[in-house]
Amino acid sequence: MQSYSIFSLARNALSGHQNWSKAWRSPPLKKRYDVIIIGAGGHGLATAYYLAKNHGITNVAVLEKGWLGGGNIARNTVTIRSNYMRDESIPFYVKSVKLYEGLTKELNYNLMYSKRSMIDVVQTYPKLREIKRRMFNGDLHGSAYERIEVDELRRRIPPLTGGGPESRLPILAGMVHPSAAVCRHDAVAWSYARAADDRGVEIHQNTEVLQLLRDSTDGSINGVETNRGTVYADKVAVVVSGHTTSITDTIGLKLPLKSFNLSAFVSEPVKPIIDVIVNCPDIGVYLNQSDKGELVIGGAPDAGQSFRRDIKQQVFEDAVCSMLELFPSFKRLKLMRQWGGTLDIAHDATPIVSQTDVQGLYVSAGWWGGFKAVPAGGYTLAHLIAKNEQHELTAPFSLNRFKRLDFILEAGTTTAT
Amino acid sequence: MLQISCPFCGPRNEVEFVYGGPLKNRRPDDISQIDDTTWIDYLTVPKNPLGPVQERWWHVRGCGCWLTITRDTRSHDIIESEIES
Ligand SMILES: Cc1cc2nc3c(=O)[nH]c(=O)nc-3n(C[C@H](O)[C@H](O)[C@H](O)COP(=O)(O)OP(=O)(O)OC[C@H]3O[C@@H](n4cnc5c(N)ncnc54)[C@H](O)[C@@H]3O)c2cc1C
Ligand SMILES: [Zn+2]
Repeated sequence: MQSYSIFSLARNALSGHQNWSKAWRSPPLKKRYDVIIIGAGGHGLATAYYLAKNHGITNVAVLEKGWLGGGNIARNTVTIRSNYMRDESIPFYVKSVKLYEGLTKELNYNLMYSKRSMIDVVQTYPKLREIKRRMFNGDLHGSAYERIEVDELRRRIPPLTGGGPESRLPILAGMVHPSAAVCRHDAVAWSYARAADDRGVEIHQNTEVLQLLRDSTDGSINGVETNRGTVYADKVAVVVSGHTTSITDTIGLKLPLKSFNLSAFVSEPVKPIIDVIVNCPDIGVYLNQSDKGELVIGGAPDAGQSFRRDIKQQVFEDAVCSMLELFPSFKRLKLMRQWGGTLDIAHDATPIVSQTDVQGLYVSAGWWGGFKAVPAGGYTLAHLIAKNEQHELTAPFSLNRFKRLDFILEAGTTTAT
Repeated sequence: MLQISCPFCGPRNEVEFVYGGPLKNRRPDDISQIDDTTWIDYLTVPKNPLGPVQERWWHVRGCGCWLTITRDTRSHDIIESEIES
């Protein structure tokens, strides 16, 4: 792997940037692999990387129906945090945040990782109580959360001029989650892809899985049918975020998942005005400012089940109106782009990292706010695939919890993610 | 923006409605006879089709009726809507 550094940058500048080597190969598709991973998003690529790095399994194909990093990994609002509610969830996200912190170095790729705190703007007492409960639970697992008063909140978020005592929902307090961060989402996909490829993993773009294939005698998985022909493997992982059931339906496997559309939009770039991630859970909007100066804004999910990747006008209007209640000066901002993505969510809103009733078939799904979970999700799924036993961090995320009706109820801390 | 056809009020804008989730699975008839898997599927596994789904919407800012609509999850096209009995 060509190492990226100030020296390689200088050297390549001298030759007019014509001699950079390709970040990953495009090898021909083989007939058989040890492991097939369906989906080259963050989770699929991270899984491939950790399979190779931690477990020495390199005869791996990642099959992607579109282009690498064109799914939700390219569509999210890049918030990395660990302020979850349940004992089963918090340690997993704490681990993911830690892995993110070292990732730029580990993968030799600038992720533009920027730790900057998430601040909740709390406007109702039920929400305040709920977040305080998160704070106490977080304390037990080393995930910090602290309360600040309204003056301090306004000092830290200067454009927050709405929500005064006369308003519909006066601001009550702020809650700060200091370990929250943002980083460049595309770079997460590209860096894992490059590092996995370097260890021998093959990434096949424009390769859509149409059907899972089972052995006719013992019913175990033995491969996949794709638009480029049949590919065999004894282990297949479905890591397709949002489209899980479309794939597992092909062998009649039932999963407790529903797909929804979540969307976001960005403003024109402006001078730095907000240096934290602002989350307004009571009115349903959250935002941060990108390095380019654009405000990246997200709202609530679209109500009904959906496989669309655009934004619905009504969701868009609701998010904008909510934002203007608290940030009236943003009225003058031009909005530049908007988009959506399809995510699935489990019956109890906790992710699924699990073996299935079909031997050799693994699923990683229900990643509602799964950008923050990419490193730990890949790390633990690779462990499961390699050893056929759960990593301790994702043991609670197995499908078995549904068989025992032992749910891990985990509603989001933000409106959505 | 969806335009939902309320059989009572006519075609109305989505903002007048509240989403009530997908139509619940049909409860198995004789629950003393069924196995655990059937029961758990009934409780936890919703239909998640890439295509028409049946769901409930409440015309709360209109006539107050609950409707069941059939909507395509790829296009948002509403194929059918009826008042719940
Ligand atoms: C608007 C929005 C905002 C978000 N904000 C946040 C946030 O702030 N913080 C956070 O943590 N998370 C956030 N998320 C969630 C996060 O983006 C996802 O949970 C995460 O990216 C999902 O994992 P992934 O990267 O593997 O998915 P993806 O990138 O979607 O990867 C799945 C891949 O599978 C491929 N695929 C699908 N079907 C097939 C098939 N049949 N054959 C082959 N390939 C197939 C797809 O093309 C896709 O590339 C947000 C999501 C959205 C949409
Ligand atoms: Zn009506």
